[in-house]
Amino acid sequence: MKLLTCPLNGPRNISEFTYGGEYHPMPDHQQVAAREWAEHVFFHDNAAGVVIEWWCHSASSYWFLAERNTISDQILRTFPADEIFTQRIDFEPAPEPTINATPTAGESQ
Amino acid sequence: MPFGLLKYGLNSEYPAQHHFSPATELKKHYDVVIIGAGGHGTGIAYHLAKYHGITNVAVLEKSYLGSGNTARNTAVIRSNYLTEEGVTFYRESVKLWQDLSNEFNYNVMMENRGQLTLAHSDAAIRSFRWRAEVNQHMGVRSELIDRQQIAEMVPNLNMSEDSRFPIMAGLWHADGATARHDAVAWGYAKGACERGVELHQLTEVEDIEVTGGRVTAVKTNRGRIECGCVVQAVAGASSVVAKMAGIPLPIHSYPLQAMVTQPYKPILTPHVSSPHLHVYTHQTSRGEFVIGGGSDPYPLYNTRATLDQRESLTAAALELFPFLAQARMLRQWAGTTDMTPDYSPIMGLSPVENYYLDAGWGTWGFKATPICGKTMAELVATKKVPEIIKPFELERFYKFEQINEAGATAASH
Repeated sequence: MKLLTCPLNGPRNISEFTYGGEYHPMPDHQQVAAREWAEHVFFHDNAAGVVIEWWCHSASSYWFLAERNTISDQILRTFPADEIFTQRIDFEPAPEPTINATPTAGESQ
Repeated sequence: MPFGLLKYGLNSEYPAQHHFSPATELKKHYDVVIIGAGGHGTGIAYHLAKYHGITNVAVLEKSYLGSGNTARNTAVIRSNYLTEEGVTFYRESVKLWQDLSNEFNYNVMMENRGQLTLAHSDAAIRSFRWRAEVNQHMGVRSELIDRQQIAEMVPNLNMSEDSRFPIMAGLWHADGATARHDAVAWGYAKGACERGVELHQLTEVEDIEVTGGRVTAVKTNRGRIECGCVVQAVAGASSVVAKMAGIPLPIHSYPLQAMVTQPYKPILTPHVSSPHLHVYTHQTSRGEFVIGGGSDPYPLYNTRATLDQRESLTAAALELFPFLAQARMLRQWAGTTDMTPDYSPIMGLSPVENYYLDAGWGTWGFKATPICGKTMAELVATKKVPEIIKPFELERFYKFEQINEAGATAASH
């Protein structure tokens, strides 16, 4: 049995957890170009070595971060997300769609 | 024959036939450097040498020939995919497989056993109908079969209606096959080496020099080599190698574990898979049952085996074939699957002009070996992307034009 230490629930069998992907900052989806957005969504660092990644304790739905070595499978450290996210992140809201607006060039209705 | 063997055994010189070129010094320059000597890498070298007359080629391998995922996959050959691009690509590969032993005069022990995928739900039956229609339309033999046909085809399969997930129907793929996986790399490497290609084992690429958008040289543990172009064919390490050339890839690398039982007399002809139970199995020509499943639950660059995966594979295999409860397991191992978001490979051009990608081979690389050798060699020789692999370009992720084959895997990953 491999153990993972949940910052909230303590050491638990790793089968109780769900892997949630690499930690990387999200670009502002309202401002970013399609190409960069594609890179954010699809592309991964997929590094061989120590990485920071999201994990979720499925039974309690608690999300946290873990530092793990992807070659040795050693879990070096787990910590709550508020170590990184010290304040709330808000993106600018999308502009309200205007009704009966004339379509811009190249845009189909 | 016994005397011949005895004579050979007593001979002090062992007149063995050398299949591959002996280890030599690395040259200063090669026209083509292929990273990775698995089925794909050696296949590309073979096609370059035989069909395009390009023989100033080095195949670099950090370990030994065919030691990566070529040796670790479960040797399934099939073309019953779901998208037009996918079916066309794998169909052409299956055709090449049929004549592969003759092609390089090396027995790959090709066996056309067929493949049976099981449905345990109405939703699965609907998707099988869809796949059967797509396949038939494109000249691939796939059909929906009922419980009675399944029971006749695989008499040892547990057809009980009282099991947790009773078998409701099946997708029968007569073109499904299996082959000796190591022999594919050996056959291609032999054919390539006979034509002047150099195979360099224990030669690890440590860095790739890119100047002005072009690769100029690769640095290895045995020295620096200048090169006209580079092809990377390193399933299981695609991201790591591409990163040396500064190319990000949409890949996560997960281990995929499989195991094999003691040998039995021949009792199972086709390959049987159950996406619902996350398991697939076939009986090898040695009589062993090879049992494979989905990828591990999280990414890892390690081929260790886990008890968790062994338990879940065993539970699923026993649900299909209860007699396996008596079986002893001989081995359990893992390969590394480079999973792409759409479960299709990444082939062709890269942002670096003379650097070609043969990557993202997740769980579908072995069956594609011959078509990759052929098409990637054509790309390197002509600098034009063959039509059949155009849809698999890296650029598709930037254009949001993925080729979704997630529904056509043998086990959900």
